Amino acid sequence: MTESEVMRPLLWAENLTVSRGGQAVVDKISLSVNSGEIVTLVGPNGAGKSTLIRALLRLIDCDSGVIEREPGVTIGYVPQRLEIDPTMPIDVRRFLRLGEVSSEADMKHALEEVGVADVIETPMQGLSGGETRRVLLARALLRDPDLLVLDEPTAGVDFGGQAELYDLIRTIRDRRRCGVLLVSHNLHLVMAATDRVLCLNHHICCEGRPDAVTRNPAYLELFGSEAVASAMAVYTHHHDHHHDLTGAPIDENNTHHHEHGHG
Amino acid sequence: MDDFFLMALAAGVGVSMVAGPLGCFVVWRRMSYFGATLSHSALLGVALGLLLGVNPMIGVVATCIVIAAAVFSMERDPRFAADTILGILAHGMLALGLVAIAFLENVRVDLMGYLFGDILAVSPNDLIWIYGGGASCLLMLGLMWRGLLSMSVHDELARVEGVPVSAMRLVFMLMIAFVIAIAMKIVGIMLIVSMLIIPPATARRFARTPEQMAIYAIIVGSLSVLGGLVASATIDTPAGPSIVVVAMVLFFATAMPGVAQRRA
Repeated sequence: MTESEVMRPLLWAENLTVSRGGQAVVDKISLSVNSGEIVTLVGPNGAGKSTLIRALLRLIDCDSGVIEREPGVTIGYVPQRLEIDPTMPIDVRRFLRLGEVSSEADMKHALEEVGVADVIETPMQGLSGGETRRVLLARALLRDPDLLVLDEPTAGVDFGGQAELYDLIRTIRDRRRCGVLLVSHNLHLVMAATDRVLCLNHHICCEGRPDAVTRNPAYLELFGSEAVASAMAVYTHHHDHHHDLTGAPIDENNTHHHEHGHG
Repeated sequence: MDDFFLMALAAGVGVSMVAGPLGCFVVWRRMSYFGATLSHSALLGVALGLLLGVNPMIGVVATCIVIAAAVFSMERDPRFAADTILGILAHGMLALGLVAIAFLENVRVDLMGYLFGDILAVSPNDLIWIYGGGASCLLMLGLMWRGLLSMSVHDELARVEGVPVSAMRLVFMLMIAFVIAIAMKIVGIMLIVSMLIIPPATARRFARTPEQMAIYAIIVGSLSVLGGLVASATIDTPAGPSIVVVAMVLFFATAMPGVAQRRA
């Protein structure tokens, strides 16, 4: 983020609660996503990550709390699963056009941007897991989104491909200056590709910069020994990549963090 | 060729023109059992229509809407799987329809005609229903095509992108109810779903786009109607079931090796 650009909140929620059968799956959560910022929700299975995302997208009703969007904000959504019935004859071109009516050149450009330039004629059902994620991402990008929302963007992708996808998401953020909200339970990879982490287990256990969160007791308790390995991964990764963290996270009262000396 | 044969052909082709494209969505959205549940409820609609002295088709559409609403509200009940609920309603409503028909003492009801079709008794009035309603159905479908396709691919993605999914689902259900009402005369309540399912399934083998599949489904459906009527006229088979048999034969014939290599 350059000095001249000011982070503005694209989407924010206050005291959001979503209940299922009397249980609060999402419990009084407040969060915001700013332009140019990658915010990651991590948490164990069943922690309410997807429920929170779906509430923020207004796909489900919430029991209490408020959700606000900056007026006119365009959201590009990459859902966790895509299961098109095999009886539907639909290729990638047609699939992309279902979202936004785009020119051939725009579609090719979007596919190039996500690294699958040659699949435009391929039937959707013939794509691999990684290619499907990338085509979904291309469809979201064709909307020229201010905010990208990705639910488990590496679902069904092998380990090497997962790292590439997170790299791609970061590259897209750097190029387009859009905000990114992503959900993951993959700690190792996502920590390196994010500005701010919200650690979720129905409520927000801790939040802050990835390096700070991984040393937070609440985080360590939630993820146990896996977290220790992840903390190592973050450190090595952070010194390889030039992560730009100038924009101060909004709410990090319960995490300690240190400054990176580059910009 | 007799007038009644041409009238029957016109009716059957008219129904195919709506049932083909609509049936594609039934196949894509895996709603064939839902369609069967609505069609099995149609007999109750006929009984209610006759009881209240209105056109049975209006009774059928109204009953289908009520049953569809019941399915939607009951599907949310986590104690029962959706197919259990559909099974209960499909057979329960058919039974209720048969009971209700038995109560209509002063009206003579051609039960076999309603259950298995009576295409050779198509009246000019029926043709007005089929073509008038069918044209408005196709117009609606054309207007909703992209949104309906998008929500059939991914419901939530379509909603985030601004497709009015709930409204479209409602209109789609209305169109299914209407097709059931007009197809009842052609193949009968028990076989209506075949008009929605078999032609699109056959068309799938040749189609490379959703639109091609819809158009090929119309052609396959119309050929089935023609074949069934010719069989009925020449070897005196029952017309409605013959149409379905021809549709099935076309489905399996195109499944043979060497036919339709160009799978999308």
